[in-house]
Parts: sequence; C-alpha cells; structure tokens
Amino acid sequence: MQKYRYTVLFVLILSATSALILAGMYTGLKDIHEKNAQLFKKRVILKAISPLLDKPVSSLSDDDVEKIFQEKIQQVVLDMEGNPVDAARVAAAGYKKGDALSVDMAKEFKKPEAERLLPLYVYKKGDKKYYITGVMGRGLWDLIWGYIALEEDKNTIAGVAFEHAGETPGLGAEIKDNPSFGQQFVGKKIHDAQGKYHSITVRKGGAKDPNFEVDAISGATLTSDGVTEMLQRSMKYYDPYFQKVK
Amino acid sequence: MADSKTNAKLDLKPVFFGKKEKKLLLDPLNDNNPITVQVLGICSALAVTTLTTKALTMAVAVTLVVGFSNLITSLLRKLIPSEVRMIAQLIIIATLVTVVSLTLQAVNYPMYKELSVFIGLIITNCIVMGRLEAFAMANDPWRSFLDGIGNGLGYGVILLIIAALRELLGKGAIFGFKLFGPGPDFLVDTQAISMLHWYTPNNLMVLFPSAMFVLAVIIWLHRTWNSKLVDVS
Repeated sequence: MQKYRYTVLFVLILSATSALILAGMYTGLKDIHEKNAQLFKKRVILKAISPLLDKPVSSLSDDDVEKIFQEKIQQVVLDMEGNPVDAARVAAAGYKKGDALSVDMAKEFKKPEAERLLPLYVYKKGDKKYYITGVMGRGLWDLIWGYIALEEDKNTIAGVAFEHAGETPGLGAEIKDNPSFGQQFVGKKIHDAQGKYHSITVRKGGAKDPNFEVDAISGATLTSDGVTEMLQRSMKYYDPYFQKVK
Repeated sequence: MADSKTNAKLDLKPVFFGKKEKKLLLDPLNDNNPITVQVLGICSALAVTTLTTKALTMAVAVTLVVGFSNLITSLLRKLIPSEVRMIAQLIIIATLVTVVSLTLQAVNYPMYKELSVFIGLIITNCIVMGRLEAFAMANDPWRSFLDGIGNGLGYGVILLIIAALRELLGKGAIFGFKLFGPGPDFLVDTQAISMLHWYTPNNLMVLFPSAMFVLAVIIWLHRTWNSKLVDVS
C-alpha cells in the first residue's frame, strides 16, 4: 500500500487541479455561452424571414438582431390545442424565462404529443404580420429542425431556415448549406384550395405539384424524407391556432 | 584541448533558440510531418476539411493543445509516476481540450457549432498523445513546447492545403469567398453569376472520400519532392 501512496496522491492532485480549472472556467463563461447560444438561435429564426429584412442575416450585427427581436417580434407560446399559454405555464415546463425563445424544441420533441409546447414568433412589418413556426424531426443521423415563416394568410410560405445536428456534409447538410433548397419553399402553400391541411412534400426526382412539392436533394433521400415528415407532422401542430386567429 | 573545452561549455549554456530548436519547430512541417509522413490524425483531417475556415480553427486548436500539453507534461515529467503516466497525460490533454472548447464557445459560437464533436475529439488525436510519449516525457519544457507547436503547425498546414482544394473545387469558394461557379442567388436570379461561371462545383469534393484522394495525392507529391522520405528498402 505504501508503494502506491505517491501514485494515488499524484493522480488525485492532478484531477482536482483539472476539475478546479474547468469548473472555474465553465462558471465564468456561462453567461457568455448562453448569450451566444441565444443569438445563434435568433439568427436562425431571422433567416426564415430573410427576404423581408433590409440586410442579409449574416451582415446584421448582434445589436441589430437584438433590436429586431425587441421591436418587431412578438413571442407566443402555444399548447397543442392552439391556445397561447402564459409565462407561468412555460416556466412550469422548466424554462426559466417563459418566452418562446426559451422553449427547447428538442426537449419538447421527446414529450408525448399532447403535452408539447410550441414556440411561435410573430414578425410585424408595416401593418402585415408574419408567423414563424418552429418544426423538428429526424434526419438520417440526428435531429433536424427549422423555422417556417408564413405570410399573413397563414397559408403561403414566406421563407424557411433549416438546421441539423449531424447530417452528412455535401448531402443531407445541404438542407442548411444550400440556400437554393430553402428558396424553393417560398410561395408554396400548406393548405389546399378547400382550406384543408396539406403540407409540403420534398419529392425525389423533381417536384410535380407547383403548390405543394419541392425538389429533393440527390443522394440525400433519407434527410429529404425526414424534412417531409417533419413538415407534415409539426406544421399541423399550429393549425388549431391558425384556425382560431382567422 | 582548449577548443573542445570551450565547446563543452557552449553546449551546457542554455540556448534560447539555436539550431536544434529551429529543427524541432520546422522538422514537422516537412521531413517529419505528422500527417503525410507519420500518417497520424487522419480522422480529423478528413472530417474538418470541407471548409477552410473550419480547418484553420481546428489547426489553431490542435497547435495550442499539442504545444501546451507538451509544455505541462514536460514540466511534470519528473513527478509523474511511470505506472500512471498515460492517465496523467490524458488528464492534461482533456483539460486543455475542454479549455479550448469552452473558449471557442465564448469567442465564436457558430464555429463551435460547425466543428461540433471534432474539437472534443482532439483528446483522442494520436498526434497529441504521440508527442507527449515520444518527446515531452524525456525533454526540457522549452524544447517540448517548440516540438508541440511545430507538430501542430505541420498538422495545420496539411489540413489547410486539403481544405483549400476541397472548398475551391467543391464549393468554388475559399475562406467563404465565392470565386467561381454559380452565385448563391443563382436559382432566384439567373443573371447573378460570379466570374468563371462555366465551372460547376464538384459535389464529390465536399464528401468525405475526396479528402482521402486529396490526402493521397499530397503524400505522393510530398514524397516525390522530398527524396529523403522515400523508403528504398
């Protein structure tokens, strides 16, 4: 035992020093990390309405982003029946701040469907309102998610922004990296002529229906199918709310 | 006699940056390159080279981690009990990698998101552990530090060459600046084309296998150019 005393002591001291440094650094940088994560999220949301903004999102400064969110965007959290819920209910679900931004879509995605909370951002431009909805689903390797902006008729898509956790670069990752993929969604409809929910299909081999279909990415069939499934399922969650505000 | 005495004296005097130090710093760039000669660290060389900015960040991160883990290990080399030296080295590497990761998360969050797991995977990068075992455990801190920085740079240079080729041919851009191929607004406005618009970006270069071809070609060219590396046996 005597023989190993030094070894054990050395490892303990080394580990303790390492833990101390990392814990200190983590606590010290926590606020900056949270702020960065929030800004990152805000920029993705703004990307969905980028055609409506004066500048491309990448050339907006951090202050510009904060300003748009403060002045022009109203945050709403909905339950699955389409009723807006108050901050206290959101806080009860474990989100301290109680606004739509604090809602963690990945966490909601794991809950049973009836209990989920939905973030909704209403962007005001002039006297027009644009509705930015949050969607989440599964790609080939990991979660994919996105923000879909709808025009005032709550039917026509004004813009989309997709994100992914681990799709293949050059294939599945093109849903985020290739602007022309998202561009195809602009002007598509989520309801048919009778007002029934229809959603958008990402079709392999070329879109056939000009209102409800977009071209898939070649070589990324499973990610494209994931996008279709995600839109079909999660856009429908917002339907009860849209029926009510009509 | 007198001559050899002065020579011995000179050798004992600590040299801040002599011939040997220069060799430690520059050798890994060419004759002893960790990627093209030792063929280490290939995993990350394939994964982070789709974009030059990603490769540059990774190169800086690895250089800092190898440099400072070499320095710290070398400072502790007489204290580390030989039976747990691997564990001790791992603790040092893991601590530094986490420090780098936390810093990147604070300084450039989108880049941190982009590199995702690969910053964390520096811990398992063979170059880092290899330098600690092969060099830092037996040499003084200053030289170990230089050796670490040199190896990091050697890794970084190859990473940047691969990334530049892949981004240029795969996306028609370098460091995110569009050089040729259709502009980003091509589908919206077919007039919006950049120079050399006849070039269609080759998507194969964005996919992982292309990193293998590019790396193989670089190793081939490197050996053709530097005859010292050719194994004649």
